[in-house]
Amino acid sequence: MAGAGGGGNDVQWCFSQVKGAIDDDVAEADIISTVEFNHSGELLATGDKGGRVVIFQQELESKNQPQCRGEYNVYSTFQSHEPEFDYLKSLEIEEKINKIRWLPQKNAAQFLLSTNDKTIKLWKISERDKRPEGYNLKEEDGRYRDPTTVTTLRVPVFQPMDLMVEASPRRVFANAHTYHINSISVNSDCETYLSADDLRINLWNLEITDRSFNIVDIKPVNMEELTEVITAAEFHPNQCNTFVYSSSKGTIRLCDMRASALCDQHSKLFEEPEDPSNRSFFSEIISSISDVKFSHSGRYMMTRDYLSVKIWDLNMESRPVETYQVHEYLRSKLCSLYENDCIFDKFECCWNGNDSVVMTGSYNNFFRMFDRGYRQDVTLEASRESSKPRSVLKPRKVCTGGKRKKDEISVDSLDFNKKILHTAWHPQDNIIAVATTNNLYIFQDKL
Amino acid sequence: MFPKGTKRKFSDSREEPVAGGEDVNQSNLAAVRMLSSYSLQRQSLLDMSLIKLQLCHMLVEPNLCRSVLIANTVRQIQEEMTQDGTWQIMTQALSAANAAAQGSADRLVATEVLCRQTEAAQGEQVPKPFPVVGSEGCPAEEVAAAEVGMTMSTVSPQAPTSYLPGTFGMDPCWEEETGEDDDDEEDSEECGSGSEGEERERDSLVEDTRTAEQVFGTFEIKNPAPSPDPALEELFSDVDASYYDLDTVLTGMQSVPKMGPYDLLESLSSHGPSPLSSSTSCRSDLNELDHIMEIIVGS
Repeated sequence: MAGAGGGGNDVQWCFSQVKGAIDDDVAEADIISTVEFNHSGELLATGDKGGRVVIFQQELESKNQPQCRGEYNVYSTFQSHEPEFDYLKSLEIEEKINKIRWLPQKNAAQFLLSTNDKTIKLWKISERDKRPEGYNLKEEDGRYRDPTTVTTLRVPVFQPMDLMVEASPRRVFANAHTYHINSISVNSDCETYLSADDLRINLWNLEITDRSFNIVDIKPVNMEELTEVITAAEFHPNQCNTFVYSSSKGTIRLCDMRASALCDQHSKLFEEPEDPSNRSFFSEIISSISDVKFSHSGRYMMTRDYLSVKIWDLNMESRPVETYQVHEYLRSKLCSLYENDCIFDKFECCWNGNDSVVMTGSYNNFFRMFDRGYRQDVTLEASRESSKPRSVLKPRKVCTGGKRKKDEISVDSLDFNKKILHTAWHPQDNIIAVATTNNLYIFQDKL
Repeated sequence: MFPKGTKRKFSDSREEPVAGGEDVNQSNLAAVRMLSSYSLQRQSLLDMSLIKLQLCHMLVEPNLCRSVLIANTVRQIQEEMTQDGTWQIMTQALSAANAAAQGSADRLVATEVLCRQTEAAQGEQVPKPFPVVGSEGCPAEEVAAAEVGMTMSTVSPQAPTSYLPGTFGMDPCWEEETGEDDDDEEDSEECGSGSEGEERERDSLVEDTRTAEQVFGTFEIKNPAPSPDPALEELFSDVDASYYDLDTVLTGMQSVPKMGPYDLLESLSSHGPSPLSSSTSCRSDLNELDHIMEIIVGS
C-alpha cells in the first residue's frame, strides 16, 4: 500500500463517488456526524444529526474491469436514535449519532454499536434473500385460510426473493451516562466495550444491558473545581486490558484494567511540555485533544489537537515521536476562531491500513494526509468541482502571506463553515471516505 | 512628536521634562501603547468569554468541554489581571459604582442594562466571575443539573465567590418568546415566571440579596459612575478603533446561526450603545417583574 500522494510518491487520489444531496441548502438532520468502515472494508457506515445510520456496501469487483474497485452503494438505512426529552433536567437529548463502531464479524450478520449523547445501541444487520412459501394455513399474502378449505398438506419451501437487508436493535445500553458520550470502543476480546463521556468511562459486556462498570471517574467532588474533561477514549487493538483516554488539557492517559478496578491512576501519562514561545490565552484550548486513535499495530497512537496531529510511541511518554502541522496558518487567527466558536471544532484523524499514512480534516473542505515514511504531506479538497469520475485530485495550497501564487488560496478566503471533521480509511486498500457537512466523498487511488 | 516639557501620561509625572531626547519618549510611549493595546485585547477576550458562558443553548445541554475551556480561559485572564494589578483597579471602580446603587430600582435598571450588554464596550468595568452553567440559584433545578453546573472560584478575595444564575431568571430577555407556559422549552437556567416560577424567583431573590448587588453592580455601566478612577480613565484613554479589530475577520466566515451571541458581540465592537431589538419586550417584562418585586418586598 502506497503513501500519501503528491511529490515523489506515486499515489494519486481520484474522485470515486459522492453521496448525499447536491443542493446547497443543507437540512440539519442530514449533517454527517460519524463515518466508519467495518473490519473488512466492505461496509461503510455513516451517522447523521437526524439519528439515522446509512450503510454502504462495496460492490464486488466486476470481472470485466478488474482494475476498477467496486463502488459503494446503499445497503441499509435505519433510524438508530430518536430525539428524547430528559424530564428531570428539562432538556432535549439530541438524536445525533456521535460514534459508530463495528464489531468483528462472527457469522452471517453484521453488528455495529451506535451512540448518541446518552444511549448506546447494538444493531444487527442481516440479509434475507429467501422466504418460505407454501404455507398450509396462510395465503401468500398472509391472510389466514379458512381451515375447512384445506384439503391437502404440503411442506413449505424456501424460494428466493429480492435481497432484503434488515436492521434490528439487539441491545440498548441506557442510563449509564450523566454527561455526553463522546466515544465508544470495542475491546479486542469482542465481549466488552467502553463508553466515555465528559467525566466518566464505563465498561460494558455486550450481552448485558442493565449493568456497566465505571472504570474512570474524573468528576471532582466539588464541581467548582472542574477544569478538565475527557475528550476521547479507545481500547488497545491487541491488549484487551489496555485503553487510553485523552483530555481537554492535552494529556493522554494509558490505563491497565488489571491494575485496579477503578483506573483513576494511570499507568502512563503522555504529555508534551508546552512551548513557551507560543503561549497565549488560547494555548489550553488548542491543546485540547479532539481524537485519539491507536495504530493498527498497537505500537503507536495518534492524537489530534486543534492545529496538529501527533504520533506517540507508547513506550515514550515525554513527547510525541512525530508532529504534523495541519493548518499552522490559523495560529494568528485564533482570536477570530474563538469568537466564532470554530476553535472548539473537534476534528478526527485516522490511520491507513499499514500505519504509514495518517489523515485528518481541515476547513474549506480541505483534508490533509501525512506520509510518515516519505515525510511528505498533501492537502486535497472534497468539492463538487473536482467530482468528475476518476478525475485526479489536485493538491491544494494555502497561501500564508506575501504574494499569492496562482491556484493558491489565501487564509482570508477560507470558508470556515465547510469543515471536514470525519474521515475514514479502508482497512486494507487505498480507499478513503471524507465527510463534508452533508456529503460523503469516496476517493481511491488511481490504479 | 512630543516636545520637551509636555507632561506625559504614563511616565513619571514630575514637571521637569525628561532628558535624553525624544527617542526615549517615543519608545516609552510605544511600549505603553502596546501594553494598553494588550490590556484592551485581553479585556475584550474576557468579555467575549463571559458572554459565551452566559449564552447557553436553550434546549440542549451545553457542551461541557467547551464551557470548561472557556471558563479556564477566563480564569487565566483574571489571574493575569490580578498579577499586574489591573484586577484591583477594576474592582475598586466597580465598588465605587456599587456604592451609588441602592435598592431594587437599581437592580431592575441593571437588568435592563444586562439586556443591552453594551457596557463592556466602554471597557471600564469587568464582570465578576460567574459559573459556567450555574444552577444554585434555582432550587427547582435538579441535582443532576447542579452536577453539570460549576461555579468559578475567583482569585480576588473581594469578588463574590459565586454568581447566582437566579439573576438570569430575573432577566426577562433570556426567556425570549419561548413562552413561560411551555415547560418543555424552558431554559434550564431560567427561573421562569410560571406558577412555579414565582416561588423559584422568590427563593432566588432571597439568596440574591447578598451578592446580587455586587453582581448587578458589574452590569451597571449605564448608570453614570460617580467619579471614575482617574487611573482607569488614563489607562483607556488611548482607545482607538484598532482595538476593536482583534484580528482580521476572515471574509469566508459567515455568521453562525445563533443570533444572540453575535449580535451582542457586534454591539460590543461598536463604540456607541446599540440596544437590542428585544429591549422593548424587556420593558414590558420589567413591569411584570416590578409587580412581583412589590409582592415579595411587601411594599
